[in-house]
Amino acid sequence: MINLIINKISRLLSGIGHRMIARIWRLGAGARLFMLAIIYSGESFKRFHLTLREIYFTGVMSLLIIIVSAFFVGMVLALQGYNTLQKYGSSEAIGVLVALALVRELGPVVTALLFAGRAGTAITAEIGLMKTTEQLSAMEMMAVNPIARVVAPRFWAGVISMPILASLFSMVGVLGGYLVAVPLIGVDEGAFWSQMQANVDVRADIINGVIKSVVFGVACTMIALFEGFDAPPTAEGVSHATTRTVVISSLTVLGLDFVLTSFMLVV
Amino acid sequence: MERTKIDLWVGIFVALGAAALLGLAMKVGNLTSNTIGETYHVSAAFENIGGLKPNAPVKSAGVVVGRVAEIGFDPKTYEAIVTIKIDKRYEFPKDTFANIYTAGLLGEQYVGLEAGGEDDVLKSGDKITQTQDAIVLEKMISQFLYSKASETEADKGAEATAPAASKEGKSTELGDAPF
Repeated sequence: MINLIINKISRLLSGIGHRMIARIWRLGAGARLFMLAIIYSGESFKRFHLTLREIYFTGVMSLLIIIVSAFFVGMVLALQGYNTLQKYGSSEAIGVLVALALVRELGPVVTALLFAGRAGTAITAEIGLMKTTEQLSAMEMMAVNPIARVVAPRFWAGVISMPILASLFSMVGVLGGYLVAVPLIGVDEGAFWSQMQANVDVRADIINGVIKSVVFGVACTMIALFEGFDAPPTAEGVSHATTRTVVISSLTVLGLDFVLTSFMLVV
Repeated sequence: MERTKIDLWVGIFVALGAAALLGLAMKVGNLTSNTIGETYHVSAAFENIGGLKPNAPVKSAGVVVGRVAEIGFDPKTYEAIVTIKIDKRYEFPKDTFANIYTAGLLGEQYVGLEAGGEDDVLKSGDKITQTQDAIVLEKMISQFLYSKASETEADKGAEATAPAASKEGKSTELGDAPF
């Protein structure tokens, strides 16, 4: 009887340990891939058309979803903000509310979440399928480094695209908020813009938002690349890897956002 | 290098991003309104500055003429020393009055300058001697309550001596309007 309980507990513990070791192994392998991508990134700038092509697929093709969702997010922020602010008779502050919320938080974070869903999954599925169909091994046979040829251009494309998409998100969101606040609700236009300009700081708010989006770009792209590289070469393996990309990217972005914000507000 | 359609699209994408960032900096942020030309520094001592913060606007007749550069504390006089920088284009007489006002009821606080009549003008490093402190809402409310309390005491006394007269006075004042 006692032997049975001890056996069960030890099996449970070893299972937890096994999972932890697998996680740590994956973290280490991801860090190694990140280092290799940086080391072999010379190729992606020398033959820039490779990176350009990836910017087209990750950045330009994400434009529509980013712009449309930014527009609606801005409009909803203005509606919700007005609802509360007019109770205190300061509905002109709606511009500040919309702009600060977008520039500081929603711009980088929502863009990163959409980016993980729109571009991250595509990267994971593409690389996973390349691995499944042994294209990566074929490259190695031809003495082409798959990290320099496949990983690095995608990495830099993601890092370049993210801040561009995030600033577009913030700007379009502010325009959406303007559209609801000024013509629809009837907030004074001059007060809307001047209050916004008086309270949004270029360095403390806008530049920090851009820094956040660069960090999220690195994180999202790296997770997508690693999951693709690490996917078991089966149809099921690729599908699991794609799901994991979205889940891990989203959680990482939200966690990193808290860490970055706490740093930025203290400094 | 051959030009492809992808290059064009990426070019448009990057240009859009740059335009958005520029728009954020110019239209949303305060890059444009924060630029004052050359300035000169003037200091003023206040007994209480309320919620005044560095970089708050300095206004004269409602126009922004400078910004608060620094706020310090004088340990000898126990007063706040506010250093303000004023645009070189604007000169103020030596007997200029410096007030701390609040924009709106609960808005941000700013320094208001009211020009005096002297011929000599303020120079860099000068000190404004005539100042008025910030209005602290709690202080005002407690003063109001105090005066209100003493008023009602006095009213009670008056009513006790001539109750009929005061009632009649009130009714004529308000008329018969159904308030």
